[in-house]
Amino acid sequence: MTAIIDYGVGNLFSLKSSFSAIGEEAVITKDISVLERADRLILPGVGAFRDARKALSESGLEEKVLELVKGGKPMMGICLGMQLLFEKDYEDGEYDGLGLIPGEVRPIREKIGDSLKIPQIGWNALIYKNPSKIFKYIKEGDFVYFVHSYHATGCETYTTAVTEYGANLTASVENGNVFGCQFHPEKSGDVGLNILRAFVEMK
Amino acid sequence: MITKRIIPCLDVRNGRVVKGTNFEGLRDVSSPVDLADYYSRCGADELVFYDITASSDGRKLFTDILRETASRVFIPLTVGGGINTVDDFDRVLKCGADKVSVNSGAIRNPSLVKEAALKYGSQCVVISADVKRVNGEFRVFAKGGREDTGLEAISWICRCVDNGAGEVVLNSIDTDGVKKGFDLEMLKAVSDRVNVPVIASGGAGCIQDFIDLFKTLPRVDAGLAASIFHFGEVKIADLKHEMAKNGIPAREIL
Repeated sequence: MTAIIDYGVGNLFSLKSSFSAIGEEAVITKDISVLERADRLILPGVGAFRDARKALSESGLEEKVLELVKGGKPMMGICLGMQLLFEKDYEDGEYDGLGLIPGEVRPIREKIGDSLKIPQIGWNALIYKNPSKIFKYIKEGDFVYFVHSYHATGCETYTTAVTEYGANLTASVENGNVFGCQFHPEKSGDVGLNILRAFVEMK
Repeated sequence: MITKRIIPCLDVRNGRVVKGTNFEGLRDVSSPVDLADYYSRCGADELVFYDITASSDGRKLFTDILRETASRVFIPLTVGGGINTVDDFDRVLKCGADKVSVNSGAIRNPSLVKEAALKYGSQCVVISADVKRVNGEFRVFAKGGREDTGLEAISWICRCVDNGAGEVVLNSIDTDGVKKGFDLEMLKAVSDRVNVPVIASGGAGCIQDFIDLFKTLPRVDAGLAASIFHFGEVKIADLKHEMAKNGIPAREIL
């Protein structure tokens, strides 16, 4: 069973449905005992970093999530959920992340010219950087769906794929049992479902 | 490189997909859930569901269909039609919509875009404008293109973007249903002025119309159409293939 951590942000309907589509039981939960029982965790997130960070802290789940993940339980952060995994975030200020992956999150605009629109919205191709277990059923060049204005940087060692949008932007990361996707696997058609399929093989 | 998106639009009334020309003479096409699933498998990059139901029974049917679609189709889903309040955003987002498109609702209530963007983020708020030439200027029309609001379109769209709209769907009433190509002049006027994605709507009749759109206006991010897809006049896979052949970045499903 996969637990989708419900800390009060975002709409988790599609995410839960995408697990059903691959035959995996997924539970949207804020119940610590369910998180403990789960084989793996999903950390979702949309909106502003500060709000999500605050919601996660105030949910009372953060400590337990960190404990479980440090104990080896696989976790995947998606979109803003991935950005939460890093040490620092510079979205309208400076905030501490969960520190599960070295690196920081900065505005895309710092890295690309003025001609490209922010946020990056749409389908873009994965360019592999390091092997990842979540790529088991997909291939380099496959398209996934992005919506983001910030990107993870200083995390090259842990970057498994980038995508080209004026510059190479971090698309996915992996550090042991911790995974992150800047894109939305639950909105990336069969490619996205295949990424989740590889993730749910992990225990 | 980011790809240009192809977006079929499904007008839904009483649980069925309908499509007319120039907003008149609606014609029943098919089951929205099946059609959405089919388009997703053919390579549609996104779907727009437009609720053209007037009754509350119909509205309930619409959200049921939305929920069923979102549990079977895993590409982005934008919902429009009958969005007048932040509660309407909530209603469709809970059923699996990723973005919500506002049209008349934003004309009636100018603060709707701002409130929704603050609550759900700009990425969630799409401003959809039905625009028609009147006395040499672009005018915003309300109520499905029936009512001239008197608002000048470009400045109104810019105001919505400043208030937090994250995407613009520009539907030209002048070219809608005519099938002789997108309204490149109108699209240029808008895409020159806004720095959020612009989705072209109204007028596509064949594959070449999409090629002309993306070649002529590189700042347009997506092309939206309905009947040419519903009636099989343009196959999305063929369209994507032609785009790629013409050097337009496209996501092909092989």
